[in-house]
Amino acid sequence: MENKNIIVVKNLWKIYHTGDIEMNALRDVSLEVQQGDFVAIMGASGSGKSTFMNILGCLDYPTRGEYLIDGENALKLDKNKLAELRNLKIGFIFQSFNILARTSALENVELPLLYNNRFKSKERKEKAIKALQSVGLGERINSMPNQLSGGQQQRVAIARSLINEPVVIMADEPTGNLDTRTSYEIMDIFQALNDKGITIVMVTHESDIAQCARRNVLFRDGQIIENKIVQERKIAKEELKKLPVFQSEKEVK
Amino acid sequence: MRILNQIKVAARSLNKNKLRTFLTMLGIIIGVGSVIAMLAIGEGSRQNIQASVASLGTNSIMIYPGSMNQGGVRMGAGSYSTLTVKDAEAIAARCDLVTLVTPAVSRSVQVIDGAQNWRTFIVGSNIEYLAIRNLAISSGSAYTLADDRAAAKVCIIGQTVSDNIFGPGKDPIGQSLRINSIPFRVIGLLEKKGQNTFGQDQDDIIIAPFSTVQKRLMTSSKFVSSIYASGSSEKVIDKAKDEIGTILREQHKLTLHDDDDFTVRSQADIANIFGSISKIMTILLASIAGISLLVGGIGIMNIMLVSVTERTREIGIRMAIGAKGRDVLIQFMIEAVFISFLGGLIGVGLGMITAGAVATFGGWPVVITSSSILLSFAFSAAVGIFFGWYPARKAAGLNPIDALRYE
Ligand SMILES: Nc1ncnc2c1ncn2[C@@H]1O[C@H](COP(=O)(O)OP(=O)(O)O)[C@@H](O)[C@H]1O
Ligand SMILES: [Mg+2]
Repeated sequence: MENKNIIVVKNLWKIYHTGDIEMNALRDVSLEVQQGDFVAIMGASGSGKSTFMNILGCLDYPTRGEYLIDGENALKLDKNKLAELRNLKIGFIFQSFNILARTSALENVELPLLYNNRFKSKERKEKAIKALQSVGLGERINSMPNQLSGGQQQRVAIARSLINEPVVIMADEPTGNLDTRTSYEIMDIFQALNDKGITIVMVTHESDIAQCARRNVLFRDGQIIENKIVQERKIAKEELKKLPVFQSEKEVK
Repeated sequence: MRILNQIKVAARSLNKNKLRTFLTMLGIIIGVGSVIAMLAIGEGSRQNIQASVASLGTNSIMIYPGSMNQGGVRMGAGSYSTLTVKDAEAIAARCDLVTLVTPAVSRSVQVIDGAQNWRTFIVGSNIEYLAIRNLAISSGSAYTLADDRAAAKVCIIGQTVSDNIFGPGKDPIGQSLRINSIPFRVIGLLEKKGQNTFGQDQDDIIIAPFSTVQKRLMTSSKFVSSIYASGSSEKVIDKAKDEIGTILREQHKLTLHDDDDFTVRSQADIANIFGSISKIMTILLASIAGISLLVGGIGIMNIMLVSVTERTREIGIRMAIGAKGRDVLIQFMIEAVFISFLGGLIGVGLGMITAGAVATFGGWPVVITSSSILLSFAFSAAVGIFFGWYPARKAAGLNPIDALRYE
C-alpha cells in the first residue's frame, strides 16, 4: 500500500445546539486514511458516525478542526469549490440511497457528469452505461427507481458515485436497508473497487460487514476509541457462496 | 455547453413531474386566458360604442327642447316645446362656428304599401340633416329646396323600411308608399348603417323635407323636435355650443335667473357619457380577470410550496453529487420560466379563442390589446418565477446535509 494520505482529520469537533442543550457529537477526532485503504467505521447508534461521515463527505461543516482531502484544505474552500470537490473527488453513498425519483437509472448515474463540463452528451451516456454494468445493472439501465429493489437502487447509487472516478468513496451504512445477501453483494462490489485502488470509507454497525474492510475504526460518544487493521478479513464473494440462495433480493424496507 | 446541461437537467425535471408541471401551468393558463378574454370584451365594447357614437357625425351638435338636470337624463322627446324654426335660423345667421343647421321634426308613423305594414320613425328636416348625421344616399337622389317649399310628398328611406315594405333586394326608387295614409314617393335610399351599440337599427328611418312632415304629419306647426348643427371643426365644438346657448337664451328672452329651456349636446358629450359607461364595464371585467389571475397565482404558489419538501430533498441530492447553489437556482429558474411562458402562451391562445367565441356566438365585439397580453403575461410570469425561485433560493443556501434532512 502507498503512503499517500487521502484523508487527514485533526482535532475535529462538532457541537449541535438544540435549544439550550449543547450536544458534542464529535469530540476531538483525528484520523488519517491512506490511499487504497478500506476503512469501516463502527459504533453504537448516536456515537457520531454519520456526523463524521457527513463532514468527510463535505456535506456539513465541523465546529472546529482541520480536514485535508487529497491534499486540499476542505474547510478553507468556498461553497462552489466544495461543490466541485464533491463532484470530482468524492463519491458519497447514503443508507437511504438518495437517488432521484421518477428518473431512470441511467439518468441518475449520469447526473454528476452534468455538473461538470468534462464530457459530451454521448460520452456521458457511454460512461453511465459502463458504470451501471460494473455494478451488475447493465440490463436495467432504463428502469425507474420504483421498479428496482433496494439492492439495485443502492447499486445505482454506487454507479453514480463512481462516475467521476473519485479519489475516495464514502458510504454511510450502505447496507443498512438491505438483507444479508444483498449486503454481501454490495461488499463484493466495494472490495472489487478497492482492489482496483479506490479508497473507501464506510460506516456500518454490522461487524460481519465491517470484517470485509481492511481497517476498523470504533466510535464511542463522539470519539475514536479504537483503530485497528482487520485480522481475518472476509471476502464477500466467498461469504455469498455460503449463503442459501433463496434469501436473495428479499428486501428490508 | 454549460447552459445546455442546465436546460437538459431542467427539461428532465419538468418531464418527470408532468402533473406538477401541468397544474402549475394551469394556474397561469386560467389567469392569463381570463384576463385577455375579459379585457378583450371590455375593450371591444368600448371601441364599438365609440365607433357608433362617432358614426353619428363627429362634429355634430344637437339641440333639444327642455333642460337637462345636471348629469341626468333628458325627458322624453316632446315633453317640452321650446325650439322653433326661428331659433334654427338665428343660429345659422349668427353663429360663425357652425356650417350647417337644420330644424327637425320627428315622430313615429305607420307605413303601408298594399298588404305591407311597417311601424317606423320619420324625420322631417332640411337636406343638410344627412351631412350633419353622417348619412349618405346609396341610390336615387336627395330632395331639393323646391320640394320643401312645396311640401312635396317625397321621402328618402332606410334599408330596413325598404326591405319591409317592398321586399328584400327590391329597388324602392320611384315606388310609392303611404305614411299615415298620406301617399309619398320614394326618391332616395340611405346607405346601410346597421345597428348601433344600443341595438337600435339605424336603417329603420324615413327622412322627408321639413315642411312636408311639419305640415302634413305634425299636429303643432310652431315647435320643432330638435335642431341639428355641424361645427366647422372638432376644435370649435365647445365654443360653438356656448355661442348657440347664448343665441338661444337671447331668442327665448331668458333672464339671468332663468335656467336654459333647451339642451345643447355635442357628439363628444355623448361619446364621453358612453365612454365612461364602458370604462366602468372594463374596470368591472378587469377586476373579475384580476381575481382569476390571483386565484391562478395562488394555485401556482400552492403547488410550488407543497412540493418544497420534495424539491428541497432533491436539491440536497443534487448538491451532494456536486451541484453548486448557482446550478440549482438556474435549473429552477429555467423550469419556472418555461412553465410561465408556455402557460402564458397557452393562456393567450385560450383567451383569444374565448374572445373569438364570444364574438362569433355572442355577437359581441371584442378587441384584444397588446397591453392586456403584456399585463397578464407579466403578472403570471412574475408569480410563477417567484414561487419557483424562492424555495429554490432558500434550499440552495442550505448545507447539502440540511437540505437532505429537510422535512
Ligand atoms: N442535526 C442535528 N441536530 C442535533 N443533534 C444531532 C443532529 N444530528 C445528529 N445529532 C446528534 O448527534 C449525535 C450523533 O449522531 P449521529 O452522527 O447521527 O450518530 P450515528 O450515525 O453514529 O448513529 C446523536 O446524539 C444525535 O442525536
Ligand atoms: Mg448514522
